[in-house]
Formats: sequence, C-alpha cells, structure tokens
Amino acid sequence: MFLIETLGQMFSYSFLVRGMIVGMIVAICASLLGVILVLKRYSMIGDGLSHISFGAMAIGLAFGFAPIKVAIPVTIIAAFILLKLSDNSHINGDAAIALGSSSFLAIGIIVNSLVTGTSIDLNSYMFGSILAISKEDMWICIILGVIIAVSFMWFYHQIFAITFDENFAAATGVKVQLYKTVLSVLTALTVVIGMRIMGTLLISSLIIFPALSSLMVFKKFKYVMAGSVVISFVSFFIGMVCSYIFSIPTGASIVVVNLIVFVMMAIVGQIKK
Amino acid sequence: MAQIICNNVTVAYEKEKVIDNVSFEIEQGDYVSIVGENGSGKSSIVKAILGLVSLKSGKVLFGEDCKRSHIGYISQQNPNYKSFPASVYEVVLSGCLSSKGIMPFYSKKLKDTAKEYMELLGVDEFANKNFKDLSGGQKQRVMLARALCATDKILFLDEPVTGLDPVAILEFYEIINNLNKTKGITIIMITHDTQNALNYSNMILHLYRDSSKYFFGTKEDYMKHEGYHLCSCGSEHNVKEKIHKMNKEGV
Repeated sequence: MFLIETLGQMFSYSFLVRGMIVGMIVAICASLLGVILVLKRYSMIGDGLSHISFGAMAIGLAFGFAPIKVAIPVTIIAAFILLKLSDNSHINGDAAIALGSSSFLAIGIIVNSLVTGTSIDLNSYMFGSILAISKEDMWICIILGVIIAVSFMWFYHQIFAITFDENFAAATGVKVQLYKTVLSVLTALTVVIGMRIMGTLLISSLIIFPALSSLMVFKKFKYVMAGSVVISFVSFFIGMVCSYIFSIPTGASIVVVNLIVFVMMAIVGQIKK
Repeated sequence: MAQIICNNVTVAYEKEKVIDNVSFEIEQGDYVSIVGENGSGKSSIVKAILGLVSLKSGKVLFGEDCKRSHIGYISQQNPNYKSFPASVYEVVLSGCLSSKGIMPFYSKKLKDTAKEYMELLGVDEFANKNFKDLSGGQKQRVMLARALCATDKILFLDEPVTGLDPVAILEFYEIINNLNKTKGITIIMITHDTQNALNYSNMILHLYRDSSKYFFGTKEDYMKHEGYHLCSCGSEHNVKEKIHKMNKEGV
C-alpha cells in the first residue's frame, strides 16, 4: 500500500516522470553496452568519457553554448580515440584514459571557477540531478534508446563474434572497425545523457555493475545480455524509489542498489558453482 | 592453380620491417607450414594475407574461386577464451557469420552446418557446455569446427597446438591432415614443431629475424636448406647453444 502511494506521489511530479523515463532508457542502453565493454576489458572507458564530457560541458557553458551540444561531439571523438588507443599495444590504453579524464576534469573545474553568472549549476553534472532532465534530453534519450535496442537485436551475432574474437571476425570479412566506431558513438551518447542523472563520478557504475552482476550468474552470452538489462532496469527503479523515500541523492542511491545486487549475484554465482 | 599469391609483400610496425619483400604462391590443396624463430614475422605474414595488418608495399592476391569470406582462421589462444560466457554451439555457429548476410538470424541450413562440423570434430556432446570450461584440446577442436563453418577452402592456423598435451597434439595434427587429404582444404599453419611440420606438410615457408631472408619451397628442398639444419638441432631454445657447440667441435 505504502509503495503504491509513494509511486503515485512520485509520478505526480513531471520532472520525476522525465527522470524515470530517461534513467530507465539509459540504464538499458548502459547495461547492453556494458557487457561488451567489460568483456573486451574497456571497463574504464565509461569513467574516462564522463570526465571528458564534464570538461566539454563546462567549456560549452563558458562560451554560452548549450552544454550537451558541445559535450556530445567532443565525447564521441574522445570515445573513438580511447578505443583506438586501447587496441594499440604500443600505447597503454588505461594510462591514456587516466590522462584524458583528469585533464578534462581539471579544465572543466578551472573554466567553471573562472566563469560566473551562468544559470546552470555545474555541480549537478558532477553529482547528477534529477532536476537537470529537460524535455529535449528526454526525446534525445528515447531516440538513443530505440537506436541501441534495435542495433543490438539486429546485429547481435556480429556483436557476439567481435566481442569473442575480433581477429576471427575480421578475417572472415566482418567490418570490425565499423562496428567499433558505432560502439564508440553509442557509448559516448549514453554517457553524456546518463551523467545528467548519475553525475560524472557515478555514470560508469551504470555501465559496469549490471554487466558484472550478470556475468556472476549467467554463462551464455545472450543470457548475460538479458540478465544485465533486467538487473540494470530493476536496480535503477529501486534506486530511484529509495532516493525519493529517504531523500538521498539519486545517483548514489542507484549505485548502492547496484552494489547490493552485485553482492547477491556473486553469492548466487558461488552457490551455483 | 594458385589460390594465394604474395607479391613482394613488406610489413612494417612503425619503421621496423618484420617482413621484407617476400613472394610466394600457394596452390589449392597445399599444406604449408610456416616456421622460424620468435619475432621472425610468422604471425605478421598470416595477418597480412588475412588483411588484419596493412601492407607497407606489395600485394596479396586471391585465386578466382576464393574470397576473403571463404577463409577459416584459428588465431593464437586469446585471453578472452578463459572467461567469455558462451556455449560451444554459440562459438561454432559464429563461424557461419559471413554466410548469414544482413538478416539478424542464422538460417536452418547454417545451423545444420554448425551441427555437422560439431559432429565431425566430436564436440557435439558439449554443445550446451560453456566454452571456457573445456580442456585445451577440446577448445581447439571447437575453434576448428568454427573455422570450418567459415570455409571449405583455406584454413589458417596460428600455433594451434600450443599448450596441448602430446596426445591432443597428435590428434589435432591427424584431424588437420585428414581435412587436407580428404576435403582438399588448403592448410597454412604457423608452428614451432618442425618435425611434425615436415611429417604432414608439402610446402615450407621459413622466415628469419633478418626480415629480408626467407625460404619457400617443397619439403624436399627445405631438407637441403640451412634453415632445416638449424631447426633439426632440436628445440629452438637450444639452437644457439647447439650451434655454438657444433662450431666448437668443428662440425
């Protein structure tokens, strides 16, 4: 009864409805991409991209542009470069991510401190805010969600082959570079949209946690994918409701729920062994 | 009829050439072993043929009846194999990807092909088992079934028996030899095992660390070549030691 009343109250606020819609779509997109990123050992790319996106947003604000319109192209280019660097054995990909993310974060903080009088609080990008979701964000997110869901269903077998053995896929004529470029773009878009709710510091958890939790229990690729989506969706919903009930920050609440689910899955995984 | 023609192929990483001006032709039904020291460019020449690395100069040409999508490839053990969540059937079926086309699913015919190769290689009983839980020999048979789903023409194998026990090695060589003899599949195998290379193959490509130097020819010619005498000293780890000893003894 209490839960129904709480949900009724939550959905009476239009900004919460927008936040819920955007968050759930981002949760689904992040969980699908997360499985590939974790299995290909690119887990930290989400973290790096969110910091780069923060810097780009700060610069956008400083020059009077809509922050999201600056962040999207910058983050897409950064995603492409970071994935390239991670594949290049001559350059340490992890080091490049750390270098890029800390540099952009520092630039963002400096630009933010120098520019005064902006109407948007940059702290909401750092720690996430449900209030930051506009109608425009919601529509971008819905389009993004449809693109990612359809891409994953249509190209599931190509994604499997590239994630499992990139060299074999390339040798048999699969356009590996094209798929990796698309992966970069989708990851960048998910991070930019997702960090409005989760914040720069926490968005990578939405990519990594559901995939890791699912990998603890499921042993087939398609089940891992499906499990990751369900875990991410449920964790986001519970996190949002907890955030509302206990008046705690949304991003942090969702991460803690994901952490609890991960521990539970790890235990189930051990028992199953 | 030549199936693969390498014409003055040069491969370089940054400015260092690992393959320099190498030319050879592989005929349909050949069994080619690529031998040589570590760092002599064995994997690079295969990757160059497969289009996985770009050529600095030269050309790789395929015969009329052969396209890049007709190639089967078993790469060196990938660290991904140890933890990847996939069933044996999923892995083998992924070999049919190039025949699938743009549709989002595999046809019944392709699924039957995957099952047929799983049966041929004796891995059908593990179809629903996790790939990562198989033994080294079983994994290689699964990889071979996947490669065969992609081709019935050319098979590239990059050190396929590394890490296998002697029984599994012998079994694997027999399977490959059988595919070459009965189905006429061209085999191009990178190996450190010179003795078995000579037992099974008809052509040898020997690459050296001095990238401009190489041997390509029949097994019989190779046995008269200095590269053979270098390798027949025993395991390659002992080669330098043995050459030193032979020099000392005036051999």
